[in-house]
Amino acid sequence: MRLPLSWLQEYAAVELSADDDAGVAEMSWRLTNCGLEVESVETVGHDITGVIVGEVLGIEELTGFNKPIRYCHVSAGDGQERHVICGAGNFVVGDRVPLALPGSVLPGGFEIGARKIYGRVSEGMICSPAELGIGDDHTGIMVLAPDAPLGADFVSYAGLRDVVFDINVTPDKGFALSVRGVARELAISYAVPFTDPAGPVPSAVTGAGEGPGGAYPARIEDPTGCDRFVLREVLGVDPSAPTPLAMAVRLARSGQRSVSLAVDVTNYLMLELGQPLHAYDKAQLVGAVVVRRARPGEKLETIDHVVRELDAEDILIADDSGPIGLAGTMGGVHTEVSESTSDVVIEAGHFSARGVARMSRRHRLGSEASARFERGVDTELQRRASARAAAMLAEHGGGRVVPGCTYASVPVEPITITMDAGYPDRVAGVAYGTDTVTARLRDVGCTVASASGDRLIVSPPSWRPDITDPADLAEEVIRLEGYQNIPVHAVRAAGGRGLTGRQRLRRATGRALAYQGFVEVTTDPFASAADFDRLQLPADDARRLAVRLSNPLSDDEPLMRTTLLPGLMRTLARNVGRGFSDVLLFEFGLVFRPRPDGASFAPILPVDRSPSASEIAQLEAALPDQPLHAGVVLAGNAAPAGWWGPGRPAGWQDAIEAARTVLRASRVRFAIRTAHYEPWHPGRCAAVVVQDCEGREQVVAHAGELHPRVIAAFGLPVRSAAMELDLSVVEAAADALGPRQARPLSSYPVAVQDVALIVAQAVPAAKVESALRVGAAQAGDVLLEDLSLFDVYTGDQAGEGHKSLAYTLRFRAPDRTLTAEEVAAARDAAVAEAVRQTGAVLRSG
Amino acid sequence: MSAPNNTYDPVEVAALAPDAVQRIQADALAAIAAAADLDQLKAVRIAHAGDRAPITLANAEIGALPPAARAEAGKRVGAARGAIRQALASRQAELEEERDRRVLVDEAVDVTLPWDRTAAGARHPVTTVGEHLADVFVDMGYEVAEGPEVEAEWYNFDALNFPPDHPARDQYDTIFVAGPDGAERSGVVLRTHTSPVQIRALLTRPLPLYVVSPGKCYRTDTLDATHSPVFNQIECLAVDEGLTMADLRGAIDAFVTAMFGAGLQTRLRPDYFPFTEPSADVSMQCHVCRGASTRPGGQPCRVCRSQGWIEIAGCGMVNPRVLVACGIDPERYSGFAFGLGIERSVMIRHGVADIRDTLEGDLRFSRAFGMEA
Ligand SMILES: [Zn+2]
Repeated sequence: MRLPLSWLQEYAAVELSADDDAGVAEMSWRLTNCGLEVESVETVGHDITGVIVGEVLGIEELTGFNKPIRYCHVSAGDGQERHVICGAGNFVVGDRVPLALPGSVLPGGFEIGARKIYGRVSEGMICSPAELGIGDDHTGIMVLAPDAPLGADFVSYAGLRDVVFDINVTPDKGFALSVRGVARELAISYAVPFTDPAGPVPSAVTGAGEGPGGAYPARIEDPTGCDRFVLREVLGVDPSAPTPLAMAVRLARSGQRSVSLAVDVTNYLMLELGQPLHAYDKAQLVGAVVVRRARPGEKLETIDHVVRELDAEDILIADDSGPIGLAGTMGGVHTEVSESTSDVVIEAGHFSARGVARMSRRHRLGSEASARFERGVDTELQRRASARAAAMLAEHGGGRVVPGCTYASVPVEPITITMDAGYPDRVAGVAYGTDTVTARLRDVGCTVASASGDRLIVSPPSWRPDITDPADLAEEVIRLEGYQNIPVHAVRAAGGRGLTGRQRLRRATGRALAYQGFVEVTTDPFASAADFDRLQLPADDARRLAVRLSNPLSDDEPLMRTTLLPGLMRTLARNVGRGFSDVLLFEFGLVFRPRPDGASFAPILPVDRSPSASEIAQLEAALPDQPLHAGVVLAGNAAPAGWWGPGRPAGWQDAIEAARTVLRASRVRFAIRTAHYEPWHPGRCAAVVVQDCEGREQVVAHAGELHPRVIAAFGLPVRSAAMELDLSVVEAAADALGPRQARPLSSYPVAVQDVALIVAQAVPAAKVESALRVGAAQAGDVLLEDLSLFDVYTGDQAGEGHKSLAYTLRFRAPDRTLTAEEVAAARDAAVAEAVRQTGAVLRSG
Repeated sequence: MSAPNNTYDPVEVAALAPDAVQRIQADALAAIAAAADLDQLKAVRIAHAGDRAPITLANAEIGALPPAARAEAGKRVGAARGAIRQALASRQAELEEERDRRVLVDEAVDVTLPWDRTAAGARHPVTTVGEHLADVFVDMGYEVAEGPEVEAEWYNFDALNFPPDHPARDQYDTIFVAGPDGAERSGVVLRTHTSPVQIRALLTRPLPLYVVSPGKCYRTDTLDATHSPVFNQIECLAVDEGLTMADLRGAIDAFVTAMFGAGLQTRLRPDYFPFTEPSADVSMQCHVCRGASTRPGGQPCRVCRSQGWIEIAGCGMVNPRVLVACGIDPERYSGFAFGLGIERSVMIRHGVADIRDTLEGDLRFSRAFGMEA
């Protein structure tokens, strides 16, 4: 909302010059501190000098140019005749015009000089509104009123020197979308008198009739859409009457275009009072005006020349011909005032905030009027605002006001709020006292009465529909008393339990991956079906079932991700593109998996009580599963090259190790299995299984080298690898674990045994290892303290299709030195189990 | 070794003759002096002071002498052994010193050579700063609460006192989730702020309640240097008996001190959030120039754009309507809430000029922050 200082000062008696920078800054500070955030302060008119009111004495039409050019004889009031070239044609001899003589300066530092143009010497220029910084009208020069004083300084004559405050009005403060509302706040802040611009209805427009038939006939057919509706008539208006300069300047300062007197008057009063008004061409109206909802199939062409299909919920202004306007939003094109309109019907209504909001969203049509109705308009302003409009049209347009008005209304229950007088004190932590509370509430226009037991009965003013609760009243008191005057209390200790195990685990997991060389990134959480194709996902893959967005940021990505991998792969490719060859990335993030049996709609529950357990369950049923995943991608070297030699290429092993890293951090027991799963290389993919908290085996991760097709589709370096893990499952399983229990440390000697086992190529090492452990565990109290694989051999000696796995086994007993026989027996038990489970053959020698 | 003999004349044990002992000693001292390095000296030590060394053998012969002769022979041999031991020790010290001098030169390496054989991993500053922010509250006794990113509208708006169709909702440019049947609205949205976690906490946790909720949020904002449609927020909520705006200010000041250092003023100005009443935006004095950039002649400040203040958060007293929607008696309990953008905190605290740097996943960005921002 752009508000000129001079306009505000008309109603709030603040002494302040537009040149007083410190005073302007203080006003800006005061506005912001009472909740009207000043986003910018613009000084206007200071950049214009030397423009005076001139008169056109004669016009020579020059020919021979590609457009009409006038050579004008003008007077600057100093008895000397000057000549200026002008390209506009909207003036006649005798008109008073703004004249920029040589030496003047126009906005933007544009200096005017005498120069030769179109074969003549031009001693200055006649200005258009745009050239004077008043709006954007370039189409013609500005023709001034005949009584404009010849030779006067135009800037002071037109009141151009001003300061414009641009205020960011929050959605609760409808009253602040008006000079009236902001001036009232200023008057409170400066403790100066406030004059309400919405004064009583002037006698010239009052009449005997203030009812359904006082003026043009109207009625409210749907009281849920409208509770006040006023029509007034002004007859015989001169359609070509110009908008007074002062009004045009203020409209321009406020960012409104000047259209015609009738439209300008309605806009001017909307800005001044906050009441949207509409002007109809009476000649185009057919029968009584009705406020009603739309009927099936109805259409309306609005003044922006869009034909709109109406919805049964739309609140309409209609006459016998059908819809003529979207109430409080935009009028129809057929009844708008035109260049030939002389009889004008002025409408001032009060429409349902919610109804207007829904309508303007439905039609994607936000207007100055709808912005005000959505935020709440004064319910008692319609007669006064329309009366002022009628009076102004009559005054400036030469029309005749039809006395009286048509006034249709629906009774509105007045709001009264009972509030404990000490409530604002308890909210703020400040002892304001009842007197201050009462005075502040009266400042904003409330009527305040005392009731028993220190309770106040407060009726908010008609222009503050946002005040409905004691909390709203408390806010009024506290903001006017100043947030800066609230003390700072020492923090109360709350006695929390710290981070949960899950939260600590997540941090530990992130650190573990980072210490392994992975760099954490965040990637785009949106997805597309094309991504799923690039991942080579089968048609029935669960990851293809995704949450779909109604209004995605990009039409290319209308889904929420079901896997972290595409985003990570794109980030990998971006880093490679930026010249990094060794790239190890990880991300933690939610993925979104609609539940196959999920509800299709989350109900909007009531808010006047807490929801029941079953209502909450209804909400949850409509939400997708949102597990937290950890993903990694890697390419290039896992260990960098350097002066020590070449790097160690990253591969499937590092991806699987990343999964192990996460699981080790969690302490959850896991096993690695061979797997086939997209988008991984079919021969180089591992599944990681854990037992969940209910003891069921569950795959929590896949890892390995990516499928060559996937690598190609995402433009990744060859042999890029990836891992994706469901952290939510791991966290839940870890949660179920008790504290880790320590083992006694035996100080008896260790006995080391090496065994080499030959198994078929297809036998996973993990299976051999687990068999060795199982076997060793059967050998009494001889503890297999550690087992490590120190060699994998696939040469001739292993035999065709076989490999040799060589392990070191470390045995120790808790209470004695093991004998050679005991060690051999334990080793043999381990080997025997491996032989039984995997068909291994002990390699001799 | 000779057999013990109480009647032998000492001179009959040749090895113990004075000149023999002298010779043994002289040989040993010569060998010690001739040892060129520690290894040679070790061999000399074995040869001339070890178990089979002449002096050791001579010593053993003492027992073969008649008692009267033992003392003198013992004295003689003892003196020789002492001389040999001393010579060994001093030669040992000499050679060790020499070795130390030589080793310093011969075995010196360039210890400044790099050995970064593990890739440099890092965590994202939005993660680590988010943790830091949460920790500040956890240290004040808050607990960390989390909630879903795809959220029911009721949690995201209605329960937070955003009436249906209220223009307040327009300020949160919402991304809506389509129904499985393709319906444009399904009562489900991508959460536009972390405030729905407030509702979830109020509905499930006992009172009094002090929680902080970090998390990802979504709006249809256009991506530019300071706005991202996907961003992270952190929000604290306290609901207890008798909480006031003065307590809110206390929490804000404690937070600013923990994040940006002591002595920075904070400022509240009226704002509007449907879920708090009164509501305010929070600014703190610029932690870099501390307002100096606004004084005449002050150096311009990039961080606060020479405003002296930096807007950091929104806050307010929990609207009693929110408590009612969660089944909490607003006559008994009051609360405050306080929320800020994590990316914005990263930008302010670490001088990140463009929010897009936090999103693109460029290795250099996270790496520059290491493990903890
Ligand atoms: Zn600064």
